[in-house]
Amino acid sequence: MNNKIKKIIPQLITLLFVILVFAFFSINASINMDSRGIDFGFGFLSQESSFDVQFSLIDYDGSYSYYRAYLVGLLNTLLVSFISIIFCTIIGVIIGVARLSPNYLIRNTAAWYVEFFRNIPLLLQLFFWYYAALRVLPLPEKADALLGVSYLTIKGFYIPSMIWNNLDIFIYSILASIISIIFIRFYAKKIQETKGKQIPLIYISAAILIVLPLLSFLFGNVSLSFEIPVLKKLAKTSYIFEGGISLPPELIALVLSLSLYTSTFIAECVRAGIQGVGKGQREAAASVGLTPNQVLKLVIMPQALRIIIPPTTNQYLNLTKNSSLAAAIAYPDLVLVFAGTALMQTGKAIEIVSITMFTYLTISLAIAALMNWYNKKIEIKEK
Amino acid sequence: MNYKNILKADENNFKTYLSIGLLLIFISLLDVFLNSFFKINITSSLPGNFSLFSPLILGLIGLQLIRIEYSGIKYIDLLNKNINNNNFNALLTLLIIFCIFKAFPPALSWMILDANISGDTKDACTGTGACWTYIKVWLRRFMYGMYPNELHWRINSAFILVIGLGFAGYFFKDNLKKYLALYYVIIYPLIAFLVIYYLISGGSFGLTWVETGAWGGLSLTFIVSFFCLIFCFPLGMILALGRRSNLPTIRYISVGYIEFWRGVPLITVLFMSSVMFPMFLPQDFFMDKLVRVIIAITLFEGAYCAEVIRGGLQALPRGQYDAAKSLGMGYWKMHIFVILPQALKLVIPGICNTFLALVKDTPLIFVVGLSELAGMLALAKTNPKWLGFAMEGYVFAAIIFWIICYAMSKYSYNLEAKYKTER
Repeated sequence: MNNKIKKIIPQLITLLFVILVFAFFSINASINMDSRGIDFGFGFLSQESSFDVQFSLIDYDGSYSYYRAYLVGLLNTLLVSFISIIFCTIIGVIIGVARLSPNYLIRNTAAWYVEFFRNIPLLLQLFFWYYAALRVLPLPEKADALLGVSYLTIKGFYIPSMIWNNLDIFIYSILASIISIIFIRFYAKKIQETKGKQIPLIYISAAILIVLPLLSFLFGNVSLSFEIPVLKKLAKTSYIFEGGISLPPELIALVLSLSLYTSTFIAECVRAGIQGVGKGQREAAASVGLTPNQVLKLVIMPQALRIIIPPTTNQYLNLTKNSSLAAAIAYPDLVLVFAGTALMQTGKAIEIVSITMFTYLTISLAIAALMNWYNKKIEIKEK
Repeated sequence: MNYKNILKADENNFKTYLSIGLLLIFISLLDVFLNSFFKINITSSLPGNFSLFSPLILGLIGLQLIRIEYSGIKYIDLLNKNINNNNFNALLTLLIIFCIFKAFPPALSWMILDANISGDTKDACTGTGACWTYIKVWLRRFMYGMYPNELHWRINSAFILVIGLGFAGYFFKDNLKKYLALYYVIIYPLIAFLVIYYLISGGSFGLTWVETGAWGGLSLTFIVSFFCLIFCFPLGMILALGRRSNLPTIRYISVGYIEFWRGVPLITVLFMSSVMFPMFLPQDFFMDKLVRVIIAITLFEGAYCAEVIRGGLQALPRGQYDAAKSLGMGYWKMHIFVILPQALKLVIPGICNTFLALVKDTPLIFVVGLSELAGMLALAKTNPKWLGFAMEGYVFAAIIFWIICYAMSKYSYNLEAKYKTER
């Protein structure tokens, strides 16, 4: 009995403390809002926003609602995170492998790359790219064409856009080829288990992945053309590119800084992962008679990935959270559009800041849950 | 099997191959060197693109010629083993050397040779390189913000005092050593806070009052990160213990707190501190912006700190808990005298890394209008007298932050290595 009370009292005190803090804050908030004539509620989300956003993936202008503005910001955040994740993974893996190279110069160059980009605050890197490095790019009328079709100018990066005819048939054909590859893999595994025969899976998969979409071009009436950006004169000295896709300099600066900064952490994860697989594993695999490719594919990578993936996912999460620095260079991401402009206009500080935080929290917790599930799945099951 | 690779050296003809190979490598390096430093192209007589790739091709052939299992010459063996063990590595080696050759002269001339540092105005900068005059003129602003010039000694002496007090623990007598943790966790933060409060902001002891709006520059970075560190450490400790507690309410509250702060970006936390937090305070209660920001960052970093400390707690063997319990110690006695002293020693490198992340995060307070280094740079950049020197400013700030962060990461790495061997 005495023991039970000993356990309950501290819990009650903590709970009481938390409740009191929340009560104190909410009472103050309600008094403050009353005196300023603000009411609490999420009704503003459906009101007309009447502000413009420079860069958005979906149709948007001032006549749309605040909810639409929120979506624009969220999509821009996801876009910049997605592009940066791809780039930082590529750079990170290359640097991580390079750090283990037998070549002295490569090893040390990679190490200095990591030390250099890891130890400068991300915000400074972002400012450097946006305010210093990208400002020396040429004006649109003086820009040289890269590969003949894209232009890197001070006003942004202009690349050709793709114009699809019957895009849905093309997507279906890709889906069909992926499904058939999964079936063939399943079948090949069965054959290997029962008959011990190996089927050249990679070639077959590649062939299917190329042939089926190609057939859709030939028979499915699918066609693809490119719209190339063209220089247009606006006024006497002002030029602009029209057509194609234009990536604003804010996006480029953000992608550059995020991917260079995060790639250093990913490189360290990759290095730790590869080093974490014992040397004996490689030797044992080779002595069983596996080819070097098979050693890498069947023995090293599965074990290394088990070490690499959890911290790497964490870094992706950090990158997504760090993309909120976009607000500092006026890239219209969630923080700038919603917690910046929308907040200034409506004055709904509590609602908007909580929605913004809740959005990031949802992304984080969702990815964390996914990672926990994956960790459980790949865990070494010891008996 | 009379097949013989004529490009491959063996021990009989190695001397000849070595001299030819070294000659080719020398020519290729000389070509790139002259090209980048003196703008002379010695292979310009060669046709078209071949001139561009000639150093690469010559270098590759040269490296191929000197590649041999064992030559007996120490440096050649070292070379072959480290940078020339196959064709791919040789190619990468050459590419890296060429890149260094190509990148070095422009960087050198921009940073030093064509740069200006004399004079006090923009007109002094005539060269094509960097204008360090800009940094020189603005240096005090970058370091101390808008703090009055004649009062800078107060910031300096406050920092010296705080650092000195930090080292005081080393000189404790043996009979005082047991109070070391008490000193660092409670007394030192308190004294440091008082020193910084009374010396930097003034207002008493005959010192003039300087409002926090005038604080800025690199010193503000240090002040913010220092306070956040000393406050987030106890918070993290409580949360870590809470998360490992076997009382469900306390555990869930701690988990909720940690996961919440770890799931949101710092910038939204800062927004919260500047626009949402005042709504939660009593009406006539005013809280300084800097204080709000420090509270916000402390709450945020406390969650990260908690996870680091939890790592240390988990690393302790179960026997330590059992031993303490078998001596009849209660929860608090066990943690204060047995568990925490060992766990905290384990997590010092981790705390160091958290602090490093904290220092790298402090420029973010720029978004709520506090002008530390990044903020002062933005201010200086838009000054009409000094337009167009953004590059110099950011390079300067990057160098400063790099030195600080690199030193800290090396220090934490050393600590890690030290504690690894001890266990």
